[in-house]
Amino acid sequence: MRYVLRRLGFFVLTLWAALTVNFFIPRFMPGSPLEALRARTKNKVSPAALEQMLTSFGFKPHQPLGAQYLDYLGNMFTGHWGVSIGATLGEPITKIVTQALPWTLGLVGIATVLAFLVGSLIGVVAGWRRGGVLDSVLPSVFVVTSALPYFWVGLLLILVFSIGTGGLLPSDFNYDSNLQPAFTAEFILNVLQHAILPGVTIVITAVGGWVLTMRNNMITTLAEDYIRMGRAKGLSNRKIMYQYAARNAFLPNLSGFAMSLGFVISGAILVEYVFNYPGLGYLLYNAVQNTDYPLMQVLFMLFTVAVLVSVLLCDFATAWLDPRARAKG
Amino acid sequence: MTALLTGAAVPVPAAVSSRRRGAALRSMLRNRKAVVGLVLFLIFVIFAAVPHLFTSVTEPNKLAYQPALPPSGEHLLGTTALGQDIWAQLVYGTRQSLVIALVAGFFATVLSALVGISAAYLGGIADEILSMITNIFLIIPTFPLIIILATYAGKGTLTVVLIVLVVTGWSYGANQLRAQALSLRNRDFLESARVRGERSSYIILAEMLPTMTSLIVANFLGAALYSVLTAAGLQFLGLGDPNSISWGTMLYWSQNQQALQSGMPLWSIAPGLCVALLGISFALLNYAFDEISNPALRPVRRRRVRRAA
Repeated sequence: MRYVLRRLGFFVLTLWAALTVNFFIPRFMPGSPLEALRARTKNKVSPAALEQMLTSFGFKPHQPLGAQYLDYLGNMFTGHWGVSIGATLGEPITKIVTQALPWTLGLVGIATVLAFLVGSLIGVVAGWRRGGVLDSVLPSVFVVTSALPYFWVGLLLILVFSIGTGGLLPSDFNYDSNLQPAFTAEFILNVLQHAILPGVTIVITAVGGWVLTMRNNMITTLAEDYIRMGRAKGLSNRKIMYQYAARNAFLPNLSGFAMSLGFVISGAILVEYVFNYPGLGYLLYNAVQNTDYPLMQVLFMLFTVAVLVSVLLCDFATAWLDPRARAKG
Repeated sequence: MTALLTGAAVPVPAAVSSRRRGAALRSMLRNRKAVVGLVLFLIFVIFAAVPHLFTSVTEPNKLAYQPALPPSGEHLLGTTALGQDIWAQLVYGTRQSLVIALVAGFFATVLSALVGISAAYLGGIADEILSMITNIFLIIPTFPLIIILATYAGKGTLTVVLIVLVVTGWSYGANQLRAQALSLRNRDFLESARVRGERSSYIILAEMLPTMTSLIVANFLGAALYSVLTAAGLQFLGLGDPNSISWGTMLYWSQNQQALQSGMPLWSIAPGLCVALLGISFALLNYAFDEISNPALRPVRRRRVRRAA
């Protein structure tokens, strides 16, 4: 119980730190949202209307900073995220975000978990067959793939599989614009087709790290006494491999998974940009291009929450799988 | 906080300091991954140091040629849609990417060593606070933060890019270094230094740091890899200086001009390949370092491990 409370405390603290950074960056950096907005609307909108728009974003230059800060924190928690001041001027941010969120969750979420599971599995096998053909080739291959820039892999795939095949696989958007979203086989097939290249990009670049750490953990675990004990008892290799070694080797990987999610998100932003995939990352890119400050703030908060929630989930999973973590608290 | 570190076993290299430098170099040269990484890295260093030896073009960003020429003897990789020589841009661009990697990697490593080792050495409440800060920085998604920072700071000059890379890139190393320093804390040689009455700063700098060299170097390589990839991504998105000569900027312009779709794939594939190769050289060196300091991970050759059935 103490463990859970401690982790929750850390969760709240980190979220607060992220929100605070988020609040103070626009206020201490050169360039103000008001100027950006004035330039965007080319002085067509009256200053009063602009002020009002900014007020909804929590930007009240006349109030003391402390009051602004508290207001802002309240608004972020209650979902009063204001309106966009970018290309989609006046659109509520909640609406923009809810449109993009499923696409990112579907594409990036599935690809990331897939890369993690596949990578861990390959790592287990490579670590087990130490000195085999697999183990002599794999580390080098995956060291190389883990160092590839996400966006370059994306560009390469577009070149080979989209342009190279005369448009066999689509290289942008989430589905063909002439289709209506519906639960028909045609639509779902189309969505999957559009997700193949960006999904493969994420898997290729993310899988390497998991293979390497899992292999290394596996090798360390296989040297433990309880593995020898298992052998001496005459357990089958399969049982030793999965239930004795892999289970223990998997634990550090699990906490590493959550920690690395920040890196995955950064890659996903670039992947979505390369493929014009209308998810949150692409949204962030557009927000930056249009100096859409409120949208940027909300997106940054959401990314932080996403990482934090998965860290928390992985922590609890670790505690569930590993009694030692619970005891340490 | 400890939960984040459970099991993240940081191998303590057996007394690196006692090993002669020559021996360390020899084991580097015996490791195939290290050699490949080193050769790649040296090639880039040569390109960065004397770019004019590899191309006759002196102002690679000048729109001096006919646009969109295919590769030929005169233009090894053809020209861009704007009329620049791609090979010349590539050669001259090496310098900035390399400088970003080394400088940002260096300062991020210094910062992580400072925070990580002092947290471990000081212990108590100072450790709690420092590791808390480290963990917060570790979790906050850095790339969106970088994007936002670079936007507010205006189009990122080299200094801005370097600063954000250091600010966002130190935390991973600090965590690892703290874990290793913690395991060193109660060793006898530190105890004897304390009994001798040495100051804390002396113990940290002269006694602890040398013992941790291999992990620090590994961290530097990791931070350099992170910087190369992140800087390229940032410039690719158009958040760098669009007039600078670097691979990321080349990628930005090629994307901007739809190079892939208009039949000039080399324009965007070549600089991306360079980013990848530089990254690979750091990653290979890093992994090789791991293998050297932790012999259990080394590839097993010739002899196949026999298992009891």
